[in-house]
Amino acid sequence: MLRYTVRRLLGAIPTLLILIALAFFMIRAAPGGPFDAERALLPEIEQNLRAVYHLDEPLYLQFLRYLGGLLQGDFGPSFQYRDFTVTELIMAGFPVSLRIGGLAMLLALAVGVTVGSIAALRQNTRIDYSVMSVSMTGISIPNFVMAPMLVLVFAVYLGWLPAGGLGDGSFANLVLPVISLALPQIAYISRLTRGSMIEVLRSNFIRTARAQGLPERKILLRHALKPALLPVVSYLGPATAAVITGSVVIEQIFSIPGLGRFFVQGALNRDYTLVMGVVVFYGTLIVVFNLLVDLAYAWLDPKVKYA
Amino acid sequence: MSLLTVEKLNVRFATPDGEVHAVKDLGFDLAKGETLGIVGESGSGKSQSVLSLLGLLADNGRAAGTARFENRDLLALAESELREIRGSRISMIFQDPMTSLNPYLTIADQMTQVVREHETVTRQAARERCIEMLEAVRIPEAEARFNRYPHELSGGMRQRVMIASSLLLNPEILIADEPTTALDVTVQAQILDLMRDLNDRYGTAIILITHDLGVVAGLCERVLVMHEGELKERGEVRDIFYRPQHDYTRRLLDAVPRLDEERVEKLAAGAGSGVVPEAGEALLTVDDLKVQFGIPGDGLFAGTRQLRAVDGVSLSLAAGETLGVVGESGCGKSTLARAIVKLVPKSAGRVCLLGREMDALDRETLGEMRRSLQIIFQDPLASLNPRMTVGDIVSEPLWTHRPELDKGSVRQLVTEVLERVGIGGHQLNRYPHEFSGGQCQRIGIARALVLKPRIIICDEPVSALDVSIQAQIVDLLMDLQSDFGLALVFIAHDLAVVRHISHRVMVMYLGTIMEVASREDLYERPAHPYTRALISAVPIPDPDLERSRERELLSGDLPSPLDPPSGCRFRTRCRYAIDRCAAETPKLELLDSTLVACHRADDLRRG
Amino acid sequence: MSADLAETAVPESSSGRSLWVDAWRTLRRNRAAVVSAIVIAVMAVLVAIGPFLSPYAYDFTDWSNLSTGPNLATGHVFGTDTLGRDLFVRTLIGGRISLMVGIVATFVSLVIGISYGATAGYFGGRIDHIMMRIVDILYAMPFMFFVILLMVLFGRNIVLIFVAIGAINWLDMARIVRGQTLTLKHREFVEAAEAQGVATFAIIRRHIVPNLLGVVAVYVTLTIPQVILVESFLSFLGLGVQEPMTSWGALVKDGSEEMESAAWMLIFPAVFLATTLFCFNFVGDGLRDALDPKDRS
Repeated sequence: MLRYTVRRLLGAIPTLLILIALAFFMIRAAPGGPFDAERALLPEIEQNLRAVYHLDEPLYLQFLRYLGGLLQGDFGPSFQYRDFTVTELIMAGFPVSLRIGGLAMLLALAVGVTVGSIAALRQNTRIDYSVMSVSMTGISIPNFVMAPMLVLVFAVYLGWLPAGGLGDGSFANLVLPVISLALPQIAYISRLTRGSMIEVLRSNFIRTARAQGLPERKILLRHALKPALLPVVSYLGPATAAVITGSVVIEQIFSIPGLGRFFVQGALNRDYTLVMGVVVFYGTLIVVFNLLVDLAYAWLDPKVKYA
Repeated sequence: MSLLTVEKLNVRFATPDGEVHAVKDLGFDLAKGETLGIVGESGSGKSQSVLSLLGLLADNGRAAGTARFENRDLLALAESELREIRGSRISMIFQDPMTSLNPYLTIADQMTQVVREHETVTRQAARERCIEMLEAVRIPEAEARFNRYPHELSGGMRQRVMIASSLLLNPEILIADEPTTALDVTVQAQILDLMRDLNDRYGTAIILITHDLGVVAGLCERVLVMHEGELKERGEVRDIFYRPQHDYTRRLLDAVPRLDEERVEKLAAGAGSGVVPEAGEALLTVDDLKVQFGIPGDGLFAGTRQLRAVDGVSLSLAAGETLGVVGESGCGKSTLARAIVKLVPKSAGRVCLLGREMDALDRETLGEMRRSLQIIFQDPLASLNPRMTVGDIVSEPLWTHRPELDKGSVRQLVTEVLERVGIGGHQLNRYPHEFSGGQCQRIGIARALVLKPRIIICDEPVSALDVSIQAQIVDLLMDLQSDFGLALVFIAHDLAVVRHISHRVMVMYLGTIMEVASREDLYERPAHPYTRALISAVPIPDPDLERSRERELLSGDLPSPLDPPSGCRFRTRCRYAIDRCAAETPKLELLDSTLVACHRADDLRRG
Repeated sequence: MSADLAETAVPESSSGRSLWVDAWRTLRRNRAAVVSAIVIAVMAVLVAIGPFLSPYAYDFTDWSNLSTGPNLATGHVFGTDTLGRDLFVRTLIGGRISLMVGIVATFVSLVIGISYGATAGYFGGRIDHIMMRIVDILYAMPFMFFVILLMVLFGRNIVLIFVAIGAINWLDMARIVRGQTLTLKHREFVEAAEAQGVATFAIIRRHIVPNLLGVVAVYVTLTIPQVILVESFLSFLGLGVQEPMTSWGALVKDGSEEMESAAWMLIFPAVFLATTLFCFNFVGDGLRDALDPKDRS
């Protein structure tokens, strides 16, 4: 297990390096510099600005400088918000995004696994069919369509919930964003759980447990649940990536001051360092989360654990 | 008084294509402590009939009839009442010990929960009882193994664990559904021996379900013979084997090749005779062939480890001759076959075909040579492309090697060869999944035959088939051999089939040759201790003989081929091993007319 | 050999039943998939010829009908947007873009994915190891962010959208094709062909490709909705196609901004988008059930 952990940790390093390099060089390859947008600057001033931001150095030096900064948690200055560093902006936006994203993930897992297991246990009944149709709908309706629809119904027509903004961060403000973010994941996780649960329930060791006289409830909890959930565990990596991506639009729709909103604003304002900072930050988060998921999987599956 | 009485048992399955009547009006009874065998080929309903007794049928299955056990009708019981009986009064073990234990729970978890489900005992008491039972099924270092996961044990050990957990509550009946089918023959012998012993010791009645008549002959007092859901015959084991009443039983017994009989007549009813070939020039010679596979190491920076699947094998094959190759799983017999036809690259050694070394040939000549060397595989359906018609499958070798032929002549050749193996020419446009296993194997043979080869390598060609089909395929191969003067390399784990078809037999163990001898010598006067153990482990479908045989049971399991023992590879399981066996690898040497690799072969033969 | 022991004979007939025919039968029994396929076909015809049937052009501003609801009398059956443009035509034109992106980008990912995956799978060994390690690394990238970055840096450009989306999706395709090829390569019928000395190209053509087609077909049907989703996502963020051209994602975005006063602007494009995705997913699911050899006895 220790060896596996170390090997996976070492394996993540090149991935991160490539991630950072890709973002870095893509931005440098873009036509036009960061100061093009503003009215023509005096050449000397531009020269000075370039020197301040080390843009006059060779590219590889700039890259190394950026890497060095990252290691100390420094994502560089923001080109748009001159008074803030990118690190400060990330630290301001991330907790908000984390709260909504985290809640959405928890909701998706709890509901998805429960609903999926129920459908599997009631396979080919009316319950199963309706769960599966609803979840297919959930997968097919993108969250940027679902979110405005929910707002239309629950905020505009019924007036039960606020239409947007974080307000004082109370529960009511979180309900719609979290639900819209979670719905596609609930749908996906329930389908995944159903499929793997059905497969596990057909396996020989479940028949053995039945032949030994164990009651269905114990068979389900002790024998079936763990193997049936392993595919869900490996899906947690992609799910995190999907929730992070989704949060970008959801924060936009609900005007939530999270990292995703900064990202879109930065993208529309051509704030290169901010955009790059968010890409690197979220990319690292996804890589690290994938790593944790892999380790969790290995820990749960004895075949990997002792390999 | 009878312990279990089954009457008018019917099992039906609802399928999209209509109802399948899997068991028809089955009736039998079982006395206390009795051993009852239920024999039948696949699709005979033997497994479904016992699964229905415990309510373990698949969701679409329904059972009707009565099954009286301790004054209750098992088929009428509520699920909760049945649950109390399962595992405690009647327990069951299954064919595949690899998948029948939960891979995510330790042996300890899986065993103690059975005890604690049915009885109120402390965790400690349950634990002690389980370890005791593991010792009773002869698991060495039971206490250490108790906390392991199933995948850390060998197949034989897992089946022992299954048996131990089924006996924990001292049940009246143990149902064993093909308990040894997935195991190697030496391990099968150990498990059967164990079951016999447990039956004596605890007086547990056993219902043994199997396709293997030899297993029944050794273990069972009474036998039921089933075919297509119907009970064909029941009786005392000796009556069934020596005085079979029903036609089906008789044919089944005739179809089984016997290890103790050297029969040259065909297995399936019919005429024909074996041809003893004259010793001629070697068509195929293999010289010191080695095949290694790199297995990724599991250490942090560990390099790859070498698995020596085939480690220095030499053989030669003359025209019209059949060389049998036998050995247990992992002995390298299939890799040897694949290396000869260049499906896996060899690491060292030479293969000469028709007197020419294959490596030295240019592409074109190699292609020509390939026509004379063909291969047949184990899994008949998997060896045919599911998206091609049978006609195209058999035509493909002609397209490759005889591009000059026009469509009409290809079609004619293909029809001829298909008809020769017993597939009608009108079935040319059908797809493989529309044929049964035996027919698929015939098509595979036709594909090998269409180029009129000199040699066919048969890699376990009948292992996946039922006994009666197996006999037909073996007969077909022998016919073709005498018609076309084919040389065959016949690879199998079933020693009885090999005896039936081979002129010479080679025994392999962990990638090396243990013994090569003529059929008579090998089976009558085996020189190597491993050959002796193998032969003695094969059950013979003859109750009196089977029960009076002296067995040389091997202890333990096959060592890992990644880490074979030093010196003689067999020494860890050999009862005759001496110090020299660990220090020095025995060479293959001539002893009388037998080639044997054993330091003690000479002593043993002299007694 | 008697009838009792004889194998069950195949009914006498000269024409066989291929796996494709089997799959087609299974598919036809799946009502949801059949209905979905019909809906997709209708949708395709509608977006192709529908705009010609309307008196309005997609960029025509009807000054007398700014932001009006569905009205048969004026011919604005879906109503108009805030600029007075006919929503029916815009929805269909948006559908053209969305479906086109879906098909073209899927094709891009198909071509890259199949060649990459089949190469890795067929050659195996070290080549496979390196190629798949690259895929693994790329897999870990937050691609949506990179696409957004790309759009920001190089400007909005429909060709760039195709390429970018295709470039993401080929990873999945490559993995699936590689896995299948690897499995097929060790199937005994491929070994049988190899042992006979059938040429590599013929093996790929006769044995590998026909057996890959099923998986690829399923995957293509499931990739199209994914791609449409990505494009709508970008358009929703304002990074997709440019005005006055539009796509379903852009229409949903406009609609969501006006939904309190003009709900139809949200509802029509949203329903079209969701229905299309829904139907593609259902057809893909149906195809998987029909073509998956796992469930075949």
